[in-house]
Amino acid sequence: MAQLLADPETNRLSVATPASEAVVVDRICKQFGGVLRWPWRAAKEPVHALTDISFTIGKGEVFGLLGANGSGKSTIIRILSTLILPDAGRATVFGHDVVRDDRAVKYLINRVSVEASFFKKLSPLENLLYACRLYGRGAEARRDILHTLDLLGITEAQAKRPLETMSRGMQQKVAIARALLTAPVLLLLDEPTTGLDPRSKQEVQHFVRAVRDSHDATVLLCTHDMEEAEALTDRIAVVDQGRIVALGTSAQLKTRLRHEGHDNPTMEDVFMDLTGKSLVNDTEPRKE
Amino acid sequence: MASMLDTQSLPPVPVPPTSLFVREGRGVYAFVARNVHLVRRYWGWEIAFFVFTVANSLSIMYIGKAQQAVNSPEATQRLILYLGIGTLVWSYLRAVFDSISEMIAWERWEGTIEYTMMAPVSRLTHLLGTALFSIVYGVVRTGILLVILSSFFRVDLSHVDATGAAIVLLIGSLSFVGVGMVAAILPLLFPERGAEMTFVISGILLLVSGVYYPVSVLPGWMQPFATVSPATYVLRGMRSAILDGQSVTHLGGTLLPLLFIGLLSIPIGMWVFGIVERYAKRTGKLKRSG
Repeated sequence: MAQLLADPETNRLSVATPASEAVVVDRICKQFGGVLRWPWRAAKEPVHALTDISFTIGKGEVFGLLGANGSGKSTIIRILSTLILPDAGRATVFGHDVVRDDRAVKYLINRVSVEASFFKKLSPLENLLYACRLYGRGAEARRDILHTLDLLGITEAQAKRPLETMSRGMQQKVAIARALLTAPVLLLLDEPTTGLDPRSKQEVQHFVRAVRDSHDATVLLCTHDMEEAEALTDRIAVVDQGRIVALGTSAQLKTRLRHEGHDNPTMEDVFMDLTGKSLVNDTEPRKE
Repeated sequence: MASMLDTQSLPPVPVPPTSLFVREGRGVYAFVARNVHLVRRYWGWEIAFFVFTVANSLSIMYIGKAQQAVNSPEATQRLILYLGIGTLVWSYLRAVFDSISEMIAWERWEGTIEYTMMAPVSRLTHLLGTALFSIVYGVVRTGILLVILSSFFRVDLSHVDATGAAIVLLIGSLSFVGVGMVAAILPLLFPERGAEMTFVISGILLLVSGVYYPVSVLPGWMQPFATVSPATYVLRGMRSAILDGQSVTHLGGTLLPLLFIGLLSIPIGMWVFGIVERYAKRTGKLKRSG
């Protein structure tokens, strides 16, 4: 079993696992609906969100889940976040089972999702103090919050105003600060750039690179943005209707298409070939 | 940000405290401080609701004063105090009940529920933090209400057994924390209707617990509900201590059922909450929107 360890030199949290895998997802299945039927309501057809999903993510890897809205990407993220229980299969984060050892998993992860998900009337400082305290941080958190926000371009005055007065791009930066301050060794990014303006999008993408390069974190990135997936990830799993239909580096996925006679294929071509769908206009996130 | 974010200069990654007491203590404080900040940020609504509570309480107490045309001055004084206790105790119990029972619904509205549920704090810490805030908030709010109401009515409080009243309220708070925990599962079970259901429960408690009248005036079929409502015993105990000056030693008949409900409902509430949280995770109901 993995143990949380503090490096005596850097005081950073690390994880000791016998294997090199950060995440192991093994034959996970999940369906929604059909659990509880009320006598006065017609039974809903169960929705098969995930069917026999398996993949592993190596330590320090940036792994992409590429799929259309409703393909099951967010369900995978929620299972790894301990927010949804799988019907079958097993998932571990640094050796900790997400169902049986969820408390240990919670210390190792954090998530940046499509919505910033804050108390909008509270200021960034108040929101982040709340988050830090939930992760056991003490009085030093206030100083670190202001320092981190400053690095992200948010001044102390802005940090004390209600979050609702900020643009979405700024709110997403606060969400990034929350993830940094709780020091996850596995960072779950669930469409973090959807709906952002180009500049904010670029900034978030820079953050992912920076965290990978200097913060010793493993990253799972869900996206339906082809360029983003190609630019940021080491490997990509293409998800369609709750199944992984292809897995490899972007070069490997493209090579497969070249063998079928395509000249210079793009990731969009790869996705179209694998799923029969286009992601170009697939911009509005839908509930999964 | 390319030029702004230099991750090398980020603060060092913190190590979680090894002491369970420190870790969970900070968790409890996180919920208390967050709720204090929310009250401060929603100050306009706080004032609006409080003004309504004051107006409502005064209206009810003036109904008592209006009886002076047919009652003796002593009976009128007793009735005003009877109604005053009802309005103050109910204001307190409702504040405690609402804070706990709405903790899930509130986070759903704000869109933060997933982040709170994936944080590494135990559910006991979550519920304790919410309960602690609700009691402090209820005491402060009711204290201010008491001061305002006292300025409108001159009542003789010389015979009041304050210790007895305080103990009744303390034990009664535990009971309401437990009932609130049980009610808090409804927004987990029913994302769209759960909050409405807790509102209905609070209305039923108001009706059957004898807040403004003795339970004996209720129809026979309704009276059994009063026996399972902790508010019935809190009100009975408070009236015995304040109106009749009865000490703790004479309040056993009230304190024992209250203690029983509290000791039973808190662990049951925790247990049921755990089961329902697991159900919500299995069915995917732990989402930000309803």
